[in-house]
Amino acid sequence: MSNLDRVVVLAGGLSPEREVSLHSGNRVRDALAQGGVDAVIADADSALLSHLRAAPPSAVFPAIHGTCGEDGAIREVLGLLGVPYVGSVASACQMAFDKPTAKALATRAGVATPPSVTLPRETFHDLGAAAVIDLIVARLGLPLYVKPSRGGSALGAGPVRSAAELPSAVLSCFAYGDTALIERFIPGTEVAVGVIDLGQGPQPLPAVEIVPGEGEYDYAARYTAGKTEFYVPARLDDGVLARVAEVAVAAHSVLGLRDLSRTDIIVDEHGTPWFLEVNVAPGMTETSTLPLAMDSSGHSFAGTCVSLLEQAAARGG
Amino acid sequence: MPGEQQPKSQPQRIDRYVGQYAERAVDMVASEIRALFSVAARPEIVSLAGGSPNVSALPLDVVGAMIGDLIATQGSTALQYCTAQGDAGLRERICDVMALEEIGAHPDEVVVTVGSQQALDLLARIFIDPGDVILVEAPSYVGALGAFAAYQADVVHVAMDDDGLIPEALEEAIQRTAAAGRRAKFLYTVPNFQNPAGVTLAVGRRHRILDICRRAGLLVVEDNPYGLLGFDSEPIRALRADDADGVVYLGTFSKTFAAGVRVGWAVAPPAIRDKLILAAESAVLCHASFSQLTVREYLNTQPWREQIKHFRELYQDRRDATLRALSAMMPAECSWTRPAGGFYVWLRLPDGIHSKAMLPRAISSRVAYVPGTGFYADGSGGKYARLCYSLPDPDRITEGVRRLASVIETEIQLRDDFGPAPGIK
Repeated sequence: MSNLDRVVVLAGGLSPEREVSLHSGNRVRDALAQGGVDAVIADADSALLSHLRAAPPSAVFPAIHGTCGEDGAIREVLGLLGVPYVGSVASACQMAFDKPTAKALATRAGVATPPSVTLPRETFHDLGAAAVIDLIVARLGLPLYVKPSRGGSALGAGPVRSAAELPSAVLSCFAYGDTALIERFIPGTEVAVGVIDLGQGPQPLPAVEIVPGEGEYDYAARYTAGKTEFYVPARLDDGVLARVAEVAVAAHSVLGLRDLSRTDIIVDEHGTPWFLEVNVAPGMTETSTLPLAMDSSGHSFAGTCVSLLEQAAARGG
Repeated sequence: MPGEQQPKSQPQRIDRYVGQYAERAVDMVASEIRALFSVAARPEIVSLAGGSPNVSALPLDVVGAMIGDLIATQGSTALQYCTAQGDAGLRERICDVMALEEIGAHPDEVVVTVGSQQALDLLARIFIDPGDVILVEAPSYVGALGAFAAYQADVVHVAMDDDGLIPEALEEAIQRTAAAGRRAKFLYTVPNFQNPAGVTLAVGRRHRILDICRRAGLLVVEDNPYGLLGFDSEPIRALRADDADGVVYLGTFSKTFAAGVRVGWAVAPPAIRDKLILAAESAVLCHASFSQLTVREYLNTQPWREQIKHFRELYQDRRDATLRALSAMMPAECSWTRPAGGFYVWLRLPDGIHSKAMLPRAISSRVAYVPGTGFYADGSGGKYARLCYSLPDPDRITEGVRRLASVIETEIQLRDDFGPAPGIK
């Protein structure tokens, strides 16, 4: 007997990932309908609080990506309201959403992560961008990968193959945030590993190998059906598959995440998995990797969404 | 690792038809810019982006009652198919509208279309083979560029200044095209309160432009969505008024009545008109009778000239607020056009700043504009941004410009720290 009388899927938000979030939210709502649960979509706007107060939901499924959705803010508010929700608590989201913090905690858990520096815009300005850039290249070498310290969907992110490319890459990064995470680029196989916890502890889903048709796994490659090939499970040795699963579970655990997460990993030529980042509100679109992994592992997407909500409702606000 | 791997899974590409699309669909991909515009539509953002008319200034209750009467009294016609050329009564009223710009057209010369955008598509369909040259202003309307690109045209931009299209630049473009062994199929121009630049083709240049085109055997496509929305003068005599054989005129009710009815029109010489009708028939069979009759009833029964005057005053207030705010707040390195009508100001950013690269920061600061790159076929124009003042009220416009000025100040600092943004043309 379902304990889900009223379900709200949160989608939208004001981050550049709004459109992705709306797709994710609609897909979750449709999956819930397949699972026999009626849900409504709500945006994180000025109408939300009165909506949640007027008709308190059994549980909320947050599908807002980026700022507000993944930085813990909206979950903090749900906590204040005492509304049960799927996913990690605000304090864990704050750590996971900040990539340098997540990397530091993953390192503490014994997980390899690419060497990196994290620098705010003001540091380049105050110390002189050219000198700082020279220092970064001297210290980390090339190639590099630059991304905003907070955010997703590869917005503002990109590789740097030569020192001359670094200033414009940092500039593009600063369009999406005021702090840049500059990592050593690790060539290898890109995989995304979902983790689901339905009450038996965090369980890894099969690793999804990502092979962009051309160039990088950028925004277009992520959200244009057909531009990227996915292999589930990833074409890796069983031993390596086991290690990437361990990394995803370790990241989920060390960050104190709850219910579901997705960890992005590069496996280098030696089979070493390198932790890149973790997502607390993973994409649920038609081209997102988590639903693919669920489907291929026998967890139906619809059934998993319903189970997560039932678990949240039982847990309470 | 290598050599030990055993393929365990088959590739999934999500789209099973990925290898079957036409070449022209290759570039139809998810875009960061489109994603940002999804945010721009939220009320928290001051949007100086989309060129939407201020339809809330219409007497919506009156229009609603009119539409109710229309269905009650003429429903069997309004809800039925009609001819591909469009409702005859509407075409008569369209001639009345065009008379304000001194066009003496006959209803038989008019083809009703789904906004003027469909007229652009139909013209592209009947004139453009892949690689054909089309001359357009620099910058030009993004919707026209999209329509021409869909038919794989080679778009050549012709320079403008504050008085619109520069005749000498047009002559030079025609000669350059001819010297390359090619011939341009037509000149596409928005002569009044141009989208996106806001400038108007000077009256003194109009005959020269027509003469140049006539001598070169070049058809002129005159797209005039904003012609009745001038702030300081009576409507300007249309190009079509001086050359019925050499000009295809495009009009729309999107800006003077309601964009949602999607009713526009083309006036063309008979041979072109006949092809437009056949092309329209194959595209949509016929246009929405309901929309056409709604517009016809509006023109027959409502004080539409007064409504246009009301729109003009409303947009003039917003134009004034925009120019005041720009003068008061923009960094000294910026410059902008001063439109005498229509919806748009064309902002030139400081050197080394790219409007497309700046957009995410602007959205984060809760203000939106359209980067200039969309208005050039080759994606140049990054040093410009289009600001549309039609929708926000004057206080919101002032706030939007304040936010935008702050974003530009930050970009100036970034440029000074890191050098010019890449990709500026």
